[in-house]
Amino acid sequence: MRNARAVVGQPTPLIDGIEKVTGQAVYTADLPAEGALVGRILRSKEAHGRIRRIDIEAARALPGVRAVITGADCPLTYGVLPIAMNEPVLAREVVRYRGEPLAAVAADDAVTAAAALALIAVEIDPLPACFTAAAARAPDAVALHADKPGNLEREVHHRFGDVEAGFAAADFIREHVYSCAEVAHAQMEPHAALASFDPERGQLLMQSTSQVPYYLHLMLARCLDLDPAAIRVVKPFIGGGFGARVEVLNFELITALLARASGGTVRMVLSREETFLTHRGRPETEIRLKLGITAAGRLTACAAEVVQRGGAYAGYGIVTILYAGALLQGLYDLPALRYDGYRVYANLPPCGAMRGHGAVDVRFAFEAALDALAAEAGLDPFALRRANLLAAPTETPNGLRVESYGLGTCLDWVEAASGWRARRGRLGPGRGLGMACSHYVSGAAKPIHWTGEPHAVVHLRLDFDGGITVLTGAADIGQGSSTVMAQAAAEVLGVPLARVRVIAADSALTPKDNGSYSSRVTFMVGNATIAAARALRERLVAAAAVLLDAPEAAVEDAGGQFHAGERVASFAEVTRAALAREGGAITAKGSFTCPEPFQGGKHRGGAVGATMGFSYAAQVVEVAVDAETGAITVEQVWVAQDCGFAINPLAVEGQIQGAVWMGMGQALSEETGYESGLALHASMLDYKVPTILDSPPIAVHVVESLDPNGPFGAKEASEGALAGFPPALAAAVADAVGLRMDRLPITPDRLLEALAQRARAGRLARALEVA
Amino acid sequence: MQMQPDAPPAAPRRFRLNGRDRSVTVPDHALLIDTLRETLRLTGTKQGCDGGECGACTVLIDSVPRLACLTRTGECEGRVVETIEGLARQGRMNRVQRAFHEQLGTQCGYCTPGMVMAAEALLRRVPHPTEPEIRAALAGNLCRCTGYVKIIAAVQAAAGEG
Ligand code: FES
Ligand code: FES
Repeated sequence: MRNARAVVGQPTPLIDGIEKVTGQAVYTADLPAEGALVGRILRSKEAHGRIRRIDIEAARALPGVRAVITGADCPLTYGVLPIAMNEPVLAREVVRYRGEPLAAVAADDAVTAAAALALIAVEIDPLPACFTAAAARAPDAVALHADKPGNLEREVHHRFGDVEAGFAAADFIREHVYSCAEVAHAQMEPHAALASFDPERGQLLMQSTSQVPYYLHLMLARCLDLDPAAIRVVKPFIGGGFGARVEVLNFELITALLARASGGTVRMVLSREETFLTHRGRPETEIRLKLGITAAGRLTACAAEVVQRGGAYAGYGIVTILYAGALLQGLYDLPALRYDGYRVYANLPPCGAMRGHGAVDVRFAFEAALDALAAEAGLDPFALRRANLLAAPTETPNGLRVESYGLGTCLDWVEAASGWRARRGRLGPGRGLGMACSHYVSGAAKPIHWTGEPHAVVHLRLDFDGGITVLTGAADIGQGSSTVMAQAAAEVLGVPLARVRVIAADSALTPKDNGSYSSRVTFMVGNATIAAARALRERLVAAAAVLLDAPEAAVEDAGGQFHAGERVASFAEVTRAALAREGGAITAKGSFTCPEPFQGGKHRGGAVGATMGFSYAAQVVEVAVDAETGAITVEQVWVAQDCGFAINPLAVEGQIQGAVWMGMGQALSEETGYESGLALHASMLDYKVPTILDSPPIAVHVVESLDPNGPFGAKEASEGALAGFPPALAAAVADAVGLRMDRLPITPDRLLEALAQRARAGRLARALEVA
Repeated sequence: MQMQPDAPPAAPRRFRLNGRDRSVTVPDHALLIDTLRETLRLTGTKQGCDGGECGACTVLIDSVPRLACLTRTGECEGRVVETIEGLARQGRMNRVQRAFHEQLGTQCGYCTPGMVMAAEALLRRVPHPTEPEIRAALAGNLCRCTGYVKIIAAVQAAAGEG
């Protein structure tokens, strides 16, 4: 890369950071909309039932009410996967979870909207409901969806390699059941949308808290039966996502329907409770895992049976259950794998994609089993990992390509930085060290909607002012993707970052982008940005050649200046010449497509898990356990991640810290629990994300394996480290108190109970000995 | 947004807001967050929860951090109220804002106004806080993005100890 590392690779504050720290950043709920109507949703109090009657006449008659809608106003279902669009916008005939939207109103003000909701009469005949995967799979369970008997949304049975021979060759085998509670994203910004419908033109303007504005565009067109050209979707600042917003959500479609019904502008701001009920979190998951190793620590085989309780509708469920199997591979050299996955419906808010989608809970089981096997075989946990490293480039038995692989370097760093060899097992009573590894994809190699288009397209615009405008559909949700695109463009064009501006995610201006999910943006949109910048540079070089009276090959593009021998032309001069030559403002296009060989194995579901580049992470967690209270304090974390190349090292570090910390929440305190379908956690007090008092220092080391296909060698940086935390924590607890906790979160009461159980067992054993 | 039916009659409320004397006429029970965001269109102050659980709405009243979602506008009568919009001078970030920007104490930015105001209050009271003092001062402010590591670094940098 010419002039490499002038802009990329430099720690760079976010290009929209000043707006965020000064309060100028406009989030969806902040959008000015004088006179906008207030939208509100009426939600079901039944977990499962047949709707006998929803009477909206009294609400409609209330002065100040401009629109009331029910499921009758939208016969079409929606959903993120074209093969599983089974969710009604507002319940029709049947309600399937407590909190499901039944009706919605738009009114002049919040007081009137609330009064209108209270006037809606609802009669629902209850049906038997299932709240656990076991209940949903029971032979006599009532089916939530007529086309899915047994409430089985999808089962997956994958076999790669000779699993039986692998276990036969193993010297040590561990078979154990692990379980992980359902968790939620709890992004700090509650959901919100602002929709304006112009009845004269039949046009809709939609602004929403979305990670996937393009999917939103498609679903609005579908559910409102509008010409996509009549819709404009604009993404404001977004207060986090973590996957909560990678599929279209009911409130967005409801807001648009209300705007059309009222012929005006409707603002919908969900409460925190409603934001939790909208959900799409990580499903409650049970993993029966069997793992074999040789005495030397080589993995011989893995068998995993995974059950996910997916909630009432499909959402991303099929993808989640496929990821859980596919991503058992790709981290280590695992010669044989049997995977049986079951995605189950239940009468609870729908689950979806959450940071580390599909990989986190199975990774907990796998790494926890490895830790136990290491102890049994008398191997150091690091040595056990090192015995199973992959050698890139390679392809796993399930068809995943690994082109770059820095896990070994990650292991070396965290082992040294944590003082592992000197300190493990020697920290004194109640203190411990644990380690684990993890990985994640840099973008799903196959898009959900197959259109034949590239996977990412970016436009660069250059006009008289000499400023470069990056036009991208990519949704910056706080992760800093707009900054990465600006850096990439500035780097290739050799101009200062300040000369580049980014306009993102406005369907009227920016090329379509699939969205901010599966950590695809840096890799795919970054590559498209590089391609666009190179295309623009070529056109500038052509203009410079004319200006400098030299052949193009003789023109050297050096940091915003163009040379040919002794002659020099400034960027401004060349811009003028290029505009004159090309007839005005220049737009250069760049695109990126994951080539076919990267799109996964040929088996059914083989596309899920396939990516062009896996990130790799290793971490060590140090804990102190209070045996009196069961409280676990995380003292320190050391994490190293191979992100290929850190385009923005400051943001990479922040992403890795955030991911590790989110893993800590899942490991220690977070859980979305229900009682007869009633959410018990739907507030920021009851859903316990760690506070600053609970949060440890997290030392980060970035490993740069320079992926051959990544932009400047970069891979993903924001998901890979999450999954390693829970098993590293469990291993540290095992080191501290000698107990292997197999159920997340490891709350004080669970740990106390386990300690008490061990004490009872010990007393019993001693008593038997005496007897 | 939180307004109740049967609102008692509104009375003008006077307070000093971000360096200017303001008078607003809102119902007695109107919450400060709604007065700021809806009546005065100062949307920098964020709502992140259904009341008192997240700290996103933190503002300063007489230099003390307060939750605007739990404060009645009437309580501000005659007092000095500061929001995130009031910290910059002539469009230049103050030291806390600059440190949060430069140290990446902000990712998505949604917790940031509250976080910055809480940190500002701390540094006015304790110019050189220890790390435990920083943690204690920000204990009521949740952030879902940063893991707090760079938030602590930002406050330390703002205190001149970064
Ligand atoms: S908005 Fe959450 S504490 Fe005020
Ligand atoms: S920066 Fe996103 S919540 Fe703190």
